[in-house]
Amino acid sequence: MNKILFFAHLKDTVGEESIRIDVSGKSVAEVKSYLSDKYQFQKFDTVMTAVNEEFSSDDEIIKAGDEIAFIPPVSGG
Amino acid sequence: MNFEISKDPIDVQSVIDKVVQREAGAITTFIGTVRELTHGKKTLFLIYEAYESMAVKKLEQIGREIEERWEGAKVAITHRVGRLDITDVAVVIAVSTPHRADAYEANRHAIERIKEIVPIWKKEHWEDGEEWIGDQLEKKAYPTGKPEEEDLHE
Repeated sequence: MNKILFFAHLKDTVGEESIRIDVSGKSVAEVKSYLSDKYQFQKFDTVMTAVNEEFSSDDEIIKAGDEIAFIPPVSGG
Repeated sequence: MNFEISKDPIDVQSVIDKVVQREAGAITTFIGTVRELTHGKKTLFLIYEAYESMAVKKLEQIGREIEERWEGAKVAITHRVGRLDITDVAVVIAVSTPHRADAYEANRHAIERIKEIVPIWKKEHWEDGEEWIGDQLEKKAYPTGKPEEEDLHE
């Protein structure tokens, strides 16, 4: 099972901070594509992905228990 | 803990105190505050949200970058989350170094890096609506799904 975290406008779109689904064995790109279709995310091409709190590339393969977070362009400071 | 996300108002002096060292000849402090007008548009208040555990790690990374690049530097950063009103303090960065030029440069580096790699977002609330703010100019795209190496490590 994997925990998937959403922030900023993605969280508003999903209506929840996180969901739990099993995406182990899939690539980051596959997970992004699946969720983008499911939730009709806007501007998803500018969204970064973090796996276990570190930025990851689209070809990284998700393992069981990995925490995946979608990181829209940041605006702290 | 030199790198923190805080739900409470930031005590500026306490951040500065973390970088006091006998070897330092300078401490620079950057205080980021909530601005009322952006391009003529009036902000009522902001909500800051963070992916807190990762944000702390990325602030620590910025601290390491600075300590590697500016010899003898000490860094402390606290970023606020939650609702902030106009003039409230959103972020405090303190850097101490043996010589003043380094303290200015390293502090500038810290705020620019926060705006690139630290997972914190602000939602602007105006009189006529609200919006999560991304990269304001939308000048940065991440075609590979993540910041490029040069973005992450300069």
